[in-house]
Amino acid sequence: MSPAEIGVLALQGDVREHREILERCGAEVRAVRLPADLEGLRALVIPGGESTTMSRLIQRFDLLGPLQEAFARGMAAMTTCAGTILAAREIRDGLTDQVRLGLLDIVVRRNAFGRQRESAEVLLDIPAVGEPPVLVAFIRAPAIEEVGPEVEVLATYRDEPAAVRQGRHLALTFHPEITGDPRLHRMFLKML
Amino acid sequence: MFGSGLGHWSERIDMAQNGHVETGTARIKRGLAEMLKGGVIMDVVTPDQAELAQEAGAVAVMALERVPADIRAQGGVARMSDPGLIKAIMGAVSIPVMAKCRIGHFVEAQILEALGIDYIDESEVLTMADEENHVDKWQFKTPFVCGARDLGEALRRISEGAAMIRTKGEAGTGDVVEAVRHMRAVSQGIRRLHGLRSDELASAAKELGASLELVREVSEAGKLPVVNFSAGGIATPADAALMMQLGCDGNFVGSGIFKSGDPLRRAQAIVQATTYYDKPEILAEVSENLGEPMVGISTSSLRPEELLAVRGI
Repeated sequence: MSPAEIGVLALQGDVREHREILERCGAEVRAVRLPADLEGLRALVIPGGESTTMSRLIQRFDLLGPLQEAFARGMAAMTTCAGTILAAREIRDGLTDQVRLGLLDIVVRRNAFGRQRESAEVLLDIPAVGEPPVLVAFIRAPAIEEVGPEVEVLATYRDEPAAVRQGRHLALTFHPEITGDPRLHRMFLKML
Repeated sequence: MFGSGLGHWSERIDMAQNGHVETGTARIKRGLAEMLKGGVIMDVVTPDQAELAQEAGAVAVMALERVPADIRAQGGVARMSDPGLIKAIMGAVSIPVMAKCRIGHFVEAQILEALGIDYIDESEVLTMADEENHVDKWQFKTPFVCGARDLGEALRRISEGAAMIRTKGEAGTGDVVEAVRHMRAVSQGIRRLHGLRSDELASAAKELGASLELVREVSEAGKLPVVNFSAGGIATPADAALMMQLGCDGNFVGSGIFKSGDPLRRAQAIVQATTYYDKPEILAEVSENLGEPMVGISTSSLRPEELLAVRGI
């Protein structure tokens, strides 16, 4: 079986860290910056970075329509931090015309814990990937403040969902790719 | 703590309890810089400029009283900006906000940390407060970015706790030549280290004025353990793409945006050029009709005492 080809949205952010961890998990990785890069992808990772910057580039380079079409034909998404903001149904404290993909039935608040001084390394209990707990980084992280009935909560941080799954999509408010534990990426690849 | 200061994730799990939370670690400080990669950090002097930068797609703003071009023109002692201005800019945008302290001025750094700034730039653009010592950046939970002209400077700043490096260039000139020189010097230094035998590293460390542990780490990895942006003279989308093709992780643009004829369009174009840095057709399109660039000063016309990059080496 040939390795699954996975895209990483490479407009801005920690693209390199996701690429490295996916390659360690045996995936073939393609950077996505233009509509043609989406062709034939089974899944797209939307990395951490600035959601407002990614929004402006998606708008300027007409990526929104092609992204929505690719997701409509079955492409799966794994999103971290800023990526989860883009994937949400509703964004709180965003720019007025910020891009929303609405992949998951979640409401996300940007910078929910405050500024960089609230950023932290956290050992997070995520039963879906087993023991031991996963060391992750929350960096100016968003919070998932509301989830719909179809959304499965995999982990919580400060009493709010931090890892959620809906159908083929996996959304995280933190960064496993910064600390390097591959178990969440491996779980996502198995979901495909 | 002279190495990168990062343990392997599996060791860390054994050490800590489930639910353990730790702020201000090396990984968290460097992690924010990782999130800025492929982006543009813009100098702003008012909350309105900060909003414009955010609208254009900046990944962060640098809150200042004067951009480097004005510091150059007006002279005098350049210090940390008024906390009132910094707070107003922090209140105006939702992207990260950075601010500058003078080299070695650890009390300005303490004040910036107390304000809750996201990143501190210990900057040669301001007047030096200490000609011998930089700030001991390990003492802070707030991450620091520092300027460097070559690999030795970059490694010395990382040893002092810098979580991000930017090549110095020559700020406030709009002349990219020094930014290019410094980016090439850092890259060449890394390539050279990468090719050395392990018994040659001690001598290289002595030559670089950096710790053997850090030199060994860079030699093995073939890259810096922190993100490296370019800065100091970037004024056009082509300049931004040039620096990306030379291997930087992102760009700081100071005077180049708000000293130009149409700041919003130029800011957008520089953001776009930083993402599509290797696509000449897109660079051609985003470079069209941007209005007047900043006038600029050729760095070769500066007297030696007017050069900012030689401060804090």
